[in-house]
Amino acid sequence: MSLTGFWRERPNLSRALLFAALALVSLPFLDIELHRPDPWQELGRIGLGLLQPRWDDAASLAQAVLYTLAFAFCAVTLAVAAGGVLALFYHRWPVRVACAATRAVHELFWGLLFMQFFGLSALTGVLAIALPFSGIFARVFADIFAEQSTLPRQVIAPGRVSLSALCYTTLAQAWPQLTSYLRYRFECALRSSAILGFIGLPTVGFHLESAFRQGDYAEAACLLWVFYVMIATLRWWLDRRLIPLYCLIAFFVLPPSPPVSVSLLGEFVTRDIWPLALREGDYIGALAWYAQEVTRVVLPAAAYTVMLSLVALAAAGVVVLFLFPIASRVCVGRLAIAGHALLVFVRSTPELLLAFVFLLLVGPSALPAILALAIHNGGLVSYLTAREADRLPLRADHAHGINLWAYELVPRLFPRMFALLLYRWEVMMRESAILGILGVATLGFYVDSAFAQFRMDRAFLLIAATALLNIAADAVSQRVNRGLRFEADALARDC
Amino acid sequence: MSALVELQGFTLERGGQCILRDISLAIAPGEKLALVGPSGAGKSSLLGEIHRRLGEAAALCPQQLGLVDALSVYHNIYMAQLQRRNSLLNLWNLFFPLAGPLREVEELSQPLGLAALLRRPVAGLSGGERQRVALARACYAQRETFLGDEPVSSLDPEQGGELLDRVNAAHRTAVVALHNPALALAHFDRVIGLRGGELAFDRPAASLTAAQLADFYRGGSGWQA
Repeated sequence: MSLTGFWRERPNLSRALLFAALALVSLPFLDIELHRPDPWQELGRIGLGLLQPRWDDAASLAQAVLYTLAFAFCAVTLAVAAGGVLALFYHRWPVRVACAATRAVHELFWGLLFMQFFGLSALTGVLAIALPFSGIFARVFADIFAEQSTLPRQVIAPGRVSLSALCYTTLAQAWPQLTSYLRYRFECALRSSAILGFIGLPTVGFHLESAFRQGDYAEAACLLWVFYVMIATLRWWLDRRLIPLYCLIAFFVLPPSPPVSVSLLGEFVTRDIWPLALREGDYIGALAWYAQEVTRVVLPAAAYTVMLSLVALAAAGVVVLFLFPIASRVCVGRLAIAGHALLVFVRSTPELLLAFVFLLLVGPSALPAILALAIHNGGLVSYLTAREADRLPLRADHAHGINLWAYELVPRLFPRMFALLLYRWEVMMRESAILGILGVATLGFYVDSAFAQFRMDRAFLLIAATALLNIAADAVSQRVNRGLRFEADALARDC
Repeated sequence: MSALVELQGFTLERGGQCILRDISLAIAPGEKLALVGPSGAGKSSLLGEIHRRLGEAAALCPQQLGLVDALSVYHNIYMAQLQRRNSLLNLWNLFFPLAGPLREVEELSQPLGLAALLRRPVAGLSGGERQRVALARACYAQRETFLGDEPVSSLDPEQGGELLDRVNAAHRTAVVALHNPALALAHFDRVIGLRGGELAFDRPAASLTAAQLADFYRGGSGWQA
């Protein structure tokens, strides 16, 4: 048989090898040096800290937790309202474009933007989460509505759009799906809220960063444990009937916001974010400035971001291949419960935090970012793969051990594993950009430094470029498998 | 001679439902036995129980085939001997087929008409081809006893009969569930009829006629005549 025929009959393997080759080609361009020679000693100290959590000031811990929850609640409430309305008009292209643009910008970038005119206020924190989440909700709600049968609505109100008909039919039909999706998204909002602490908002992340930086691992561990407990117990305290009460409390708990200065906001939108030449009407000069910025900063940073995400994707693939058996009953029997717990633990830790910890261990390079992305996403896909593995119908005389893994499980699960990883690639790309805030030379690094230098024009251009990159990645992963997105989100919720 | 498998008053319940009731039968080494009966009669469950008792001594060819779609025909056949070889060698074989086993599998698949397909992934094969791969895998296990659950149902009767002869020749003992009464009579020396989880008859093939079996499938009791 011809060689091309061989590859054509193995589409998944050839595509996976293509991605592996891309990752290998990218590797020499990334700085993956080990800047700290002995990470094990520090790792030992962190491990010790995790076992002996300690917090001296209970009041400040409680306040950080409350703020984290309050930001998440307020943001999700706003986003549900906005996303719900937008979902009804999602078939109009301007709405689709606006939603794609808002969700293409990461919460942290929104936070950095809003900070310029709202300062370190509650409004910054809430909007930073609410805006991208509105875009996400609009699309997912629209998808869910579209899946419902239109028959009941046609029966009630043929040919007419009425709110009550909508509530009684489409909304009612989609309700279980909506609530389970919202639960999962609320968990994401909690993670985002915690992470916003890294840019200075008073959430758990703020204290985590300073505790880790000071090497006070016992204190950092305490915060981490509180955060894990918060997420792990979500299903018990996030009761449907209590949510309105929580939201009400959340609005009062929020830290004080200084009054919004409309003139400052106006100035920012009309002046600060545009280059000097453009403001002075020198269009040729503006074009030259943009061309220079794009070739000197945007393209190299974007290329670095893409390459980093490719290497992280390949690393995540390796993680999944070797990690999924630990949570699969057919492989390890009852021990799978422990493996399962470990994967949930890994998955609940935000990438930024993982990367931050690795940064402390191995020094500033692309390595901590790759490790964090590979472990977090690899953990998530491993969980889903292990679940699938336990559902496979195996013959009564199936093999065991490595033979089972190599001849039955991996070949059977590979297409799904690969599709899930490609779906996560989009997420990895978003996160790669954001990890720049920690000092890796991805887009986020240049955004952060542009803000630090008050170069709002450059920051705005970089954020726009990041958004475009994310939209492109989104389009690619949509083409891979559209149905998988929701399924993966819904499955991840159950972890 | 002592029996290979002996069931006495065997009853199997699953989920509160009685799947096999009071089955007594003994299979001696060297017997070629066909299990017949309408679907849902308990043939697969009886085969499963026999397999459980024989364990490693029997080669299994299940109804769902249990092939791995992504792997090539060669690898699917090779899988029958996974346990006998070193795991690292097995891993190596996934990427670089071992010369010895490759030759053995080629020889084995020649008469089954699979030799030209060895490097193709099973996913692209037809139903009949897949069934032959599963048969080849069972044969490659090189066990004393063959247990097959409708192993030739996707093949035409002529080819099916030829393959059953090969399987019978390659194994000392064979227990095969079949849907086709003619094949059961022509290629086996003992026929067991199951209906509703109960043993309806257990007779030498020579004492049964095609008409009697056809009547049995229709729900009649002509085989008693």
